Amino acid sequence: MATTVHEPPRIEEIRNPSRLTSDSGNGGWRNLIPADGDLRAVQDYAPPPASTGIWVALAAISMSFAALTSALVVRKGGAMDWRHFTLPSILYLNTLVLLASSVTLEISRRRVATFMGGLKSEVASPARWLYLTLSLGLLFVAGQYVAWRQLSTQGLYLSTNPASSFFYVFTAAHALHVLGGLGGLVRVVHKLNQLVLRRSTLDATSRYWHFMDVLWVYLLLLLWLKL
Amino acid sequence: MAKLVAITIIVIAIASAIPILRHTWWMAPDISTHGAPIDEQMSETMAEAGLSFLASQILLAIFIWKFSQSRAGEKIKSFPGGAKGLVIAAFLLVGTEVLALGAFGAKAWANMYFTPPAPNAMPVQVQAGQFAFYFRYPGPDGKFGPIHPDLISESNQNFYGLDTDHDPDSKDDIVTAEMGIPVNREIHLLMHSKDVGHSFFVPELRVHQDFVPGLDLSLHFTATKVGRYEIVCTQLCGLGHYNMKAYLSVMSQEDFDKWLKQQAALQ
Amino acid sequence: MHDMPAHAHVAHHAPPTSFIRKYIFSLDHKVIGKQYYGLAFVAVLVGMFLSWLMRIHLGWTNAAIPGLHFLSSNGAPGNIMTPEYYLQLMTMHATIMVFFVLTTAPFAAFGNYFLPIQVGAEDMPFPRFNMMSFWITFAGFLALVASFFVGDGPTLGGWTQYAPLSAVGSVAGPGEGMGVVLWATSIALFCVGQLLGSLNFITTTLDMRTKGMSLWRLPLSTWSWFITSCMGLTAFAVLMPACILLILDHVAGTSFFVPSNLVINDQLQPHSGGSTLLWQHLFWFFGHPEVYIAIVPGMGIVSHVLIANMRRPMLSHRTLIYSFGALAVLSYMVYGHHMFVSGMNPVSSLAFSFPTLIITIPSTIIVLIWLGSLYGAKLRINAASLFALGFISMFISGGVSGFFLAQPSLDIMLHATYFVVGHFHMVMGVAAMFGIFAGTHFWFPKMFGRMMNETLGKLHFWLTFVGTYCIFMPFHYLGMAGNVRRYQAFAPDFMQRFIPVHKFMTVAALLTGASQLIFVYNLIHSRFWGKPAPENPWEATSLEWSTPSSPPPFDNFGGELPVVYHDPYQYGVEGSTGDYVMQTSPERIQTAHDEA
Repeated sequence: MATTVHEPPRIEEIRNPSRLTSDSGNGGWRNLIPADGDLRAVQDYAPPPASTGIWVALAAISMSFAALTSALVVRKGGAMDWRHFTLPSILYLNTLVLLASSVTLEISRRRVATFMGGLKSEVASPARWLYLTLSLGLLFVAGQYVAWRQLSTQGLYLSTNPASSFFYVFTAAHALHVLGGLGGLVRVVHKLNQLVLRRSTLDATSRYWHFMDVLWVYLLLLLWLKL
Repeated sequence: MAKLVAITIIVIAIASAIPILRHTWWMAPDISTHGAPIDEQMSETMAEAGLSFLASQILLAIFIWKFSQSRAGEKIKSFPGGAKGLVIAAFLLVGTEVLALGAFGAKAWANMYFTPPAPNAMPVQVQAGQFAFYFRYPGPDGKFGPIHPDLISESNQNFYGLDTDHDPDSKDDIVTAEMGIPVNREIHLLMHSKDVGHSFFVPELRVHQDFVPGLDLSLHFTATKVGRYEIVCTQLCGLGHYNMKAYLSVMSQEDFDKWLKQQAALQ
Repeated sequence: MHDMPAHAHVAHHAPPTSFIRKYIFSLDHKVIGKQYYGLAFVAVLVGMFLSWLMRIHLGWTNAAIPGLHFLSSNGAPGNIMTPEYYLQLMTMHATIMVFFVLTTAPFAAFGNYFLPIQVGAEDMPFPRFNMMSFWITFAGFLALVASFFVGDGPTLGGWTQYAPLSAVGSVAGPGEGMGVVLWATSIALFCVGQLLGSLNFITTTLDMRTKGMSLWRLPLSTWSWFITSCMGLTAFAVLMPACILLILDHVAGTSFFVPSNLVINDQLQPHSGGSTLLWQHLFWFFGHPEVYIAIVPGMGIVSHVLIANMRRPMLSHRTLIYSFGALAVLSYMVYGHHMFVSGMNPVSSLAFSFPTLIITIPSTIIVLIWLGSLYGAKLRINAASLFALGFISMFISGGVSGFFLAQPSLDIMLHATYFVVGHFHMVMGVAAMFGIFAGTHFWFPKMFGRMMNETLGKLHFWLTFVGTYCIFMPFHYLGMAGNVRRYQAFAPDFMQRFIPVHKFMTVAALLTGASQLIFVYNLIHSRFWGKPAPENPWEATSLEWSTPSSPPPFDNFGGELPVVYHDPYQYGVEGSTGDYVMQTSPERIQTAHDEA
């Protein structure tokens, strides 16, 4: 039933979830196979695991950052030693870079989908926009590093004061996840070049990447407000 | 074997209940003014928990006995009322029971924590540190001198880091290793930790409160019976945790005054 | 471009050929499940051994334990255990048991093995993540065990590692240096491993079900693993950053959890402003769901095993599922009951006590449904069903002490006493273990194609059932009388009279511990020399019993995924030819039983 490895996936009609398979009484012990033996009606449609999976992963990542957020709130409210500082201005540039990378990712997604669907096989270098996204992502991480250097020249290190501690913890955690996202994108490029990329993989990886954007905007707001 | 299982369960259930019913190992008698609702709550809960425990274990045993394999040939029966009845029973019985316990228990708790100390309560400070409790009385001026953490030194016996040379309030403070209090007098206990987390527990006094480093916490209570009791640490604080204890002496007012004078002389 | 229906989606990997791919870095969920079981097996033996040492010391504090000096020359000079070594053993005992046994065996081991089969899939959708999840968990175990071999040994702060003791470093005592860092690293790794595992469990349950397998047709064990992995997703994701912050406090000089003005060993500590209660909140936000993670799979396994042995389905399949779900949801709202006297706002204590009392309701419903289903059943007695029944008894015993601990006013007397220790040992140390034993006896024939020895299984049950009651019931009495926990010796005057009881409990513990060797022997002997098992020895209905062989072939179903026609527990159905109808049987059933 699986596609063989080197064919592009066929376009298939999505079947609606069958009403017959839904709960028919409280575990009512009637057969769900219809009398005429036609099994197609009970062929459940399920989303590709990659898309469920990415939501699961994003839920976990959100919880982690929520935990860190509550740590920040408690820590700030609890003691007198909070010292505000100005966020390095390169952070705002980095934000733009990251947002741009999401735009380029969306563009590449449509091009790749078109290409893999075999509809317009003349799409030249469908991976080009992906490489651009990758570069922008790397640029973001580099920019974060620059922000760290800027802070350290001001004498703000990890343990200097709680505000700086949280700054480093949040940005480092986010950057690590961005690196993970870059890894995912590399994988997507690799699969594209071998023509084995599944739509669900591409979509899941993009969703992750966009979430990194959203997460970063949230963190920037949080850090700006609290720090 | 099913019958043996059933009998074993019943025997174990009853055997478990016996030490409870006979109070073989029980809470020490209450010497506090706020403890009575706690003790009552404990008995109530014990009765309800005990009944639930016995009833469900015995029911389990009976069902194991009655409904094992030898019933081949008979039909499967459904519990009367089905699941719906059981769910309703659970909500009604357990629900009301726990909410009642919660409501009454809340009163006992509020009694302790939501009432302020009386204006003439005697303040006593307690400092928990690895691995001892030290107590401080404010002395005749009624004021506690400031604590200087950088002056704290076990080796110099300056447990509270007092600077008697520069802080006049510290001059008459009395620091002891044993806690003495007068009977029938409300005590306002001011708690802080010198280092890590500790806890203050006196079973007879029905008092139990953690020390939180960085926080100043307080309790108030009144002891009603003269005697010597133990304060034990219950929050893991390091290798000496098991040995971290102090004596609480509840004395008549006169004996207390004498004791305090003696302690003052030793400063 | 669209994807094909879900069950075509598994990352198809051809059967492995190399030894490494087959047995070490395997992508096959069944092998991974067995690897987890093996890890839990080693861990439980280590954890149990540590508990023997602890119990001997508690009964006979100044006694020399022969050979202890070899385990730790610092910790036991002249074979006499030092106070710090006792605490180190205690911390490691608890950490190993809670994480590497009780989360690993019922959830990761059995779940990995049987979840895909029970939903009718060939494997999990992310086999490489699955493989990584085991090896990362294993790395966590190694990190933990490594702490026995560093400088002044493992951390002694309890599995709860309360700050600031855990955060200030070795100035606070032995084991508080490298030991803490290794502990926190180990747990952080464990969290990552389990998050990857939960990812697979959730996506398998939602997306990989075979034709005809609706959510309500999933067996109770599958539901329990699914619900547990949802809990794990949120709980482990909170503990991991907490552990990282702890490590930073330890090695990087930050002050997340360490307040100012601490004086340890007459030295003023450099930290400032941190919040010790913050650690407690973060830890228990994870910690309470964690204990439900430890028990819910056991409930699912026990329900599954009991049904097959009662020859009838539960009184209400859905009520049990809803109750498991209610436990999961409520478990997040109750965590403050570990902190009633912690110094947090006393109003919060009351606030937490209400959901804690209310969580009694789904627990009671579950027990009542079990009892109600026993009524009128045709119970078969074998090792598996004995452990399942034992679970019910133990869960009742352990659960009932929860009534007390849910109330802050009573917690004044019971906090940090042996009452708490008795409570959690009953539910986790015994009931959850019984769930593991029940699952082992039940599923062993499917996993290895051989039966375990019934006589030995029953003997093991009897000795363990009676033995664990003898050990842990007295804990409650002592706690009521004020026996404080985490003491390596009972120094206060009023605790002297408890020592004879401790001696009794030690003897019971050693005897019960020894009888676990029967299980170890049974497991190993049956693996190689057990009686060959028929395809479906328990005459059970769920999909694992319809695989073409035992153990199942590489892709679980021999090339053709099953089609599911029925609910999972069609036993004792009127009008059918036998007393059970398998989920895959196309046989039509006429009438349904009355169900609430």
